[in-house]
Amino acid sequence: MISETLLPIAPVDGRPLDDILRSLVDAFEDTTFPTVADWRRQGGKVVGHFQVYFPEEIAHAAGLLPFKVRGAPVEAVHAESRFGSYLCSILKTSLELALAGTVELDLFVSHPICDAARNLAAVWGRNVAYPCEILYLPQNANSRHAPAYLRDEYGRLLRGIEAIAGRAVGEQDLRRSIAVFNENRRLLRRLYAIKRQSPWLLAVDEAYVLTALGGMIPRDQHNDLLRDLLPMIEARPAHPQDKIRVVFEGGFCEQPPLDLLRAIGQTCYVVDDDLLIGLRWLLEDVPLEGDPLLNLAVAYLEQSSYSPVQHDLRKPKEKMLLERIRASGAQAVILSAAKMCEPGLEDQVGYARALDEAALPYFISEFEEKMTSFDQLQVQLETFVENILFA
Amino acid sequence: MTELVSVRPEIVGRGAQDGARLFREWFQGMTDVATDGGRAAYVFVMGSLSEVLRVFDYPMVFPEIHSLQTAVRRTSLEYLNQAEDVGFSPDICGYVKADIALQLRHGEHPMGRIPPPRLAVLTNACNTYIKWAEIWERMYQIPIFTLDIPGTRKAGGQTWPGNGDFENDKRYVAGQLQELIAICQEQTGQRFDIDRLRQVMADTNTMVRGWRRVLELNASRPGVFNALTDGTIYLGVSNAFRGTAAGARYFTELVEEMEYKAAHGIGTIPDEKHRLIFVGVPCYPIFRRFNELFTEWGGIFVSSTYLWFASGGTNLGFEYDLSRPLDSLAEGVLISVRHAMDSMFYQDRALVEMVERFQIDGVVYHPIKSCRTTSAGLADNRRAFMQATDIPSLFIESDMMDPRVVSEAQMKNRIDAFFEGLNARRLQRAAG
Repeated sequence: MISETLLPIAPVDGRPLDDILRSLVDAFEDTTFPTVADWRRQGGKVVGHFQVYFPEEIAHAAGLLPFKVRGAPVEAVHAESRFGSYLCSILKTSLELALAGTVELDLFVSHPICDAARNLAAVWGRNVAYPCEILYLPQNANSRHAPAYLRDEYGRLLRGIEAIAGRAVGEQDLRRSIAVFNENRRLLRRLYAIKRQSPWLLAVDEAYVLTALGGMIPRDQHNDLLRDLLPMIEARPAHPQDKIRVVFEGGFCEQPPLDLLRAIGQTCYVVDDDLLIGLRWLLEDVPLEGDPLLNLAVAYLEQSSYSPVQHDLRKPKEKMLLERIRASGAQAVILSAAKMCEPGLEDQVGYARALDEAALPYFISEFEEKMTSFDQLQVQLETFVENILFA
Repeated sequence: MTELVSVRPEIVGRGAQDGARLFREWFQGMTDVATDGGRAAYVFVMGSLSEVLRVFDYPMVFPEIHSLQTAVRRTSLEYLNQAEDVGFSPDICGYVKADIALQLRHGEHPMGRIPPPRLAVLTNACNTYIKWAEIWERMYQIPIFTLDIPGTRKAGGQTWPGNGDFENDKRYVAGQLQELIAICQEQTGQRFDIDRLRQVMADTNTMVRGWRRVLELNASRPGVFNALTDGTIYLGVSNAFRGTAAGARYFTELVEEMEYKAAHGIGTIPDEKHRLIFVGVPCYPIFRRFNELFTEWGGIFVSSTYLWFASGGTNLGFEYDLSRPLDSLAEGVLISVRHAMDSMFYQDRALVEMVERFQIDGVVYHPIKSCRTTSAGLADNRRAFMQATDIPSLFIESDMMDPRVVSEAQMKNRIDAFFEGLNARRLQRAAG
């Protein structure tokens, strides 16, 4: 349990919603990641997992804190010299957190999501004393052999985690954790339903922070918070404004600064997005009966969202984006990509073509987690919005 | 050198000449297929699956090769510009963009014409392979098949046959190979011929043995071939002619040439002074000049990680067991492509081990804008190498395709300074 001095603890009876959300934003924006340090101070161990998806249930079942490594708006003082040029920022700032001692881990796991990130485990491993490894999630999602392979790959991961935890993890432990995460997924789906149905009740940055905290604190605690806060949000006395409904696409790995989301929120309701999609990758409850590792593997392959770093013949990305737009009732799309992010930049071309064919307006941009000036973007976005509003 | 060349002129330099001839023929073959309205299987150098595709008589296109050839022929910029004009970012892989432009030009290429794809087969050794194939999928509505090959999980953590984790990986690869065979059968209407597979694998074995031997022979002093220039020719043959009788013959003869040169002390440059390892992908926009910047100082690249990973890990020397072809194919593909990946991400240890055996004087790291796979970790690999040895190294960034990010003058300054350092170091050591 993370202490109350760091973030509001449910039940939050009596505290105004705005105050609570402000405290949560403060906790999120603290680049010293105090919740992780607090967990360690209490004797807990931490598994850092790089973007995009990680089966957090496995770490949770062993009593470890799964911490989503997603970079930070910090200067890569130590990490810069470990990389060459022409790279996205998230690689450098993620490693910086480790090299600067900001975040102490007991295990670091990455998945080769892209050409740059696939170097990360090797680089990380040469620079820290704790184990660093790659989890090979299947990149042939359409092979009928993928579920069995992934089940055993999860088994391999579990053995490593057991060694760190110093105890065996049984099927019942895994089922208990899956149940916790199933509830978390249900709560996050409810949060996103608010975004889609009543976006004026929850600003894009608030929704983002509420989601992101799940990767920084024990998920049971995240569930408690969401369980308390969602009814308060649903009862919030707010009214619709004259903003257009947009989907934000491009936040699957490196994260845009909170201020960029706020700038978008000035003129748009972000009714759906792929921000931190890994935390919302599994779309349905994972079954509790049967082999828990196989259930997690099947869910990853069969009941999952989409991103530029997973190729699946059943999920052509343009079609998935169009479906996201349709389901959320969006009027337009913000097609963004982190600077130097190859998968994101490559998919922008296909997305743009599909949106052209569907006659849906879109706004193309790039971002970097450390950017601090949004004036120009805001002016361009306002023009884009006005073109739609007054067309 | 001149005297010995006159003794057996039919041997010395044969590999380079035959390699160039084979490539001209290969491009002509591609042009013929395209002219006849045919299509090809598009494959990649790290896990081409030639063994399977040759059984079904697919003409094979290597987009990495035709893309890099646009740079060698100094035409890459116009291709890159064309792809950028249709929306592709300046910050993505140059090979991809050159190929997109080539497709938009209906296969037009400085060395002939490239047929369009009928099928794309790729591995996960490079993530861009997958994104690249997605583009063809949309352009041509063709099937694409990703052979997913789990790599090494952590430094020094390779597993081998008999280990449970290895067997899980192998079952996955073997299952996918069966799925690929089913796709090929369906697309071509040809039945899978296991004896044909054995023959292709036998020819591949000959090439693998030859490739490994050739690389080892460059431990000779003087070096018998330049890993950057000659090596790239040999590498091209090892990929484009993998699993063919022509490829097997080529490597048999190449071994003969290199053994002859080693036995007679015939070097590849007249006055070898510094023995170097090249780490990364060559600077194709100024391919010859880039090499001259080193040879002018008596520098020769006796090895190159490019010859390891871009041969799909063939340098490891895995030979197929023809008595159990499909099982051995799965094992070989897994081990070799995994080794190719290790050569990009964990090459620091292999380099350290080479220093003494190859009498290395320096290591040149060449990260490039276009390829994060091979470049993102090089700075850190270099740090590790420098901690483990006292061998000087040079770190120069440019590109494999885009002349806009290649600054010859800046590179020359850095390279000159590097060699001045090497010379000074040698003098100091000689002085005791």
